[in-house]
Amino acid sequence: MSGARAERVLVAMSGGVDSSVAAAMLRDDGHDVAGVTLRLWGGESDSGCCSVSDVEDARRVAAQLGIPHHVFNLADDFEAAVVGPYVESYAAGETPNPCVECNRAIKFGRLLERAVALGFDAVATGHHARVEAGPEGRLRLLRGADPAKDQSYVLAVLGRHELARTRLPVGRITKAEVRARAAALGLRTAAKPESMDVCFVERGRRVEFLAGRAPATVAPGPVVDRAGRRVGSHRGVARFTVGQRRGVGVAAGERRYVVDVDAATATVTIGGHDDLLCDSVALRSLTFVDEPPPPGARIAVQSRAHGAAAPGRLVGDRVHFDQPQVRVAPGQLVVFYDGDEVIGSGTATRA
Amino acid sequence: MAYLDHAATTPLRPEVVDAMLPFLTGGHGNPSGGHRVAQRAKVALEEARERIAAVLGCAPGEVVLTSGGTEADNLAVKGAARAARDAGIGDGVVVSAIEHKAVLASAERLRTEGFRVGYAPVGPDGIVDTDRLAGRLDEDTVLVSVMLVNNEVGAVQDLDAVAAVVREHAPRALLHTDAVQAAPWLDLRGAAAVAPLISVTGHKIGGPVGTGALVVRPPATVRPEIEGGGQERGLRGGTNDVAGAVGFATALELTAARRDAEGPRLAGLRDRLAAGLAALGGVERHGDPARTVPGIWNGRIGGVESEELLFLLDAAGVQAAAGASCSSGAAEASHVLSAMGVERGAALESVRLSLGHTTTDADVDEALGVIAAAVERLREARKPVRPAS
Repeated sequence: MSGARAERVLVAMSGGVDSSVAAAMLRDDGHDVAGVTLRLWGGESDSGCCSVSDVEDARRVAAQLGIPHHVFNLADDFEAAVVGPYVESYAAGETPNPCVECNRAIKFGRLLERAVALGFDAVATGHHARVEAGPEGRLRLLRGADPAKDQSYVLAVLGRHELARTRLPVGRITKAEVRARAAALGLRTAAKPESMDVCFVERGRRVEFLAGRAPATVAPGPVVDRAGRRVGSHRGVARFTVGQRRGVGVAAGERRYVVDVDAATATVTIGGHDDLLCDSVALRSLTFVDEPPPPGARIAVQSRAHGAAAPGRLVGDRVHFDQPQVRVAPGQLVVFYDGDEVIGSGTATRA
Repeated sequence: MAYLDHAATTPLRPEVVDAMLPFLTGGHGNPSGGHRVAQRAKVALEEARERIAAVLGCAPGEVVLTSGGTEADNLAVKGAARAARDAGIGDGVVVSAIEHKAVLASAERLRTEGFRVGYAPVGPDGIVDTDRLAGRLDEDTVLVSVMLVNNEVGAVQDLDAVAAVVREHAPRALLHTDAVQAAPWLDLRGAAAVAPLISVTGHKIGGPVGTGALVVRPPATVRPEIEGGGQERGLRGGTNDVAGAVGFATALELTAARRDAEGPRLAGLRDRLAAGLAALGGVERHGDPARTVPGIWNGRIGGVESEELLFLLDAAGVQAAAGASCSSGAAEASHVLSAMGVERGAALESVRLSLGHTTTDADVDEALGVIAAAVERLREARKPVRPAS
């Protein structure tokens, strides 16, 4: 999408290396670039965005690049669209993807809408994914050029209207090239470590966070086996996700996994590895980048941000796997690919 | 370029720069020293102190030079309260709800040390309700802090009325007033007559950042916050900034000398600004214009989020501010507007335009043109939709 004509682009600068280089690349391509750092969270957090030092990094990089920089306080929107649903999801016994919601509702929702109101043509981020025009000008969302750093999964909920105003310059290059460019430009963020955790929860304190907002998620309850026999107890459904092995708290000969979490009764069901396998997964909230594929279309199915994709078919609101797969935790995003191209997504349900 | 953020900080006056330069380029003596170079610095420092005292209406020995308004507020609130408790006078502190964060944070610190801290509410006009203030005072109240002019909305308090209430209901309390934003507009000698503790700073009046003072008059005493070599009568340690003191004194004198002309001039510009903004429609000015200093206009521009407006203004070369900013530069809903009963959504659509000694007719024209275009654009783009929270 670059080089065709000069655009006004608002770059969401987190204070990290990827968005720093994204801003530099757009500037060097001749675009009229401004940087913005989002203040999303007023609470305590030690991982990721929003800290004063991250804002300062972004501001300093923008100054180095000679582009204006602003801070937008979208904390109210973030609370309503990301943090609230995150808590509700755990309260329902699910395992949410808050970064996906942030992309959908904040970066390519509220921020994009604001950018357009302010006269910008597009919003750019430092995500490793690509937006390219296919045949007949149809926009395609593709995996990033660096397979190890691909972030198309967390952008899969975007549709063609958002993609038309989305610029992802670093998706064309590898992470090593990103760092090399940052170093060549002398950017202070060149060697900055990546943020890996949920930005609004302090590292290792998810359960405490949830306890404060949804006390029922830390209420004790029974651990049962597949036959419904009580085999132990637990200290809150917030501590469990389907597929988890650690912390099931029962002594058993063979390895035990969480195979189901029922928040309504605070019941955690455990089983053997075979009990984790399933032939299909039911989905809700289906989204498609463009048109839905024909029923039964063959797709590759990815259900983790950096997991491998498994072959299968999409039929209605259910994905059928060619080979049995480990159960997808309810609440997780399931993304459909055709090769490198994102087709769409759905959210795994308990059904 | 139209700089309408004088309440944040002001450009240095050229006369101030001229007055300071000899001390930056040659006057290197430490005023606490004994040799002749040091003595020259000491003389310059004390002359500056006398000039500062004359403008503030107090004795030179009552001027404690500080690094600015925040330090002065800290020294006044924490220093006076701790000294009073040490002396067994009491443990109550009352501050207005619209104080600067320097006062509010100091009061909060005192609360963690066991002081009883009360907050005096204000009306929709930003003026302290003296009846409700009285209800928060008692025999054990040791300090009351009410800012003479609010930094966000420009509300001017009736300090005489506040002082009378304090005398009646808290006879042992000291009255502190943060006069940082009053200095450009009001004769502070009136405040000195009723408040034994007064905070001021240089950079809101065309003086240097990093300068300021706390006036400490009898019967007030304060416990020092910064201790060291006994400077400032033992109330504030640290080598004195002679150039800063000279610059601060010069700025205070110039401000006082020109106040009678500048007040009406800037009130006229501000009123023209207000009229132009009102013509945009959907504009609600905060506070009572009759009780607002000439330099500040604060209001809500309906349907226009302040973050978006300020973004467009900055891009077009007009500098303004939302009411308050956090350390990252993000806009926060103002505690001052909240105390005045402005609901959160309206507060997030509010901006402060502040005028000062460099503001011209052309600045007002430019700002009005830029603001009108930005407001039209943002209103046309959409009605903002904020998810319910």
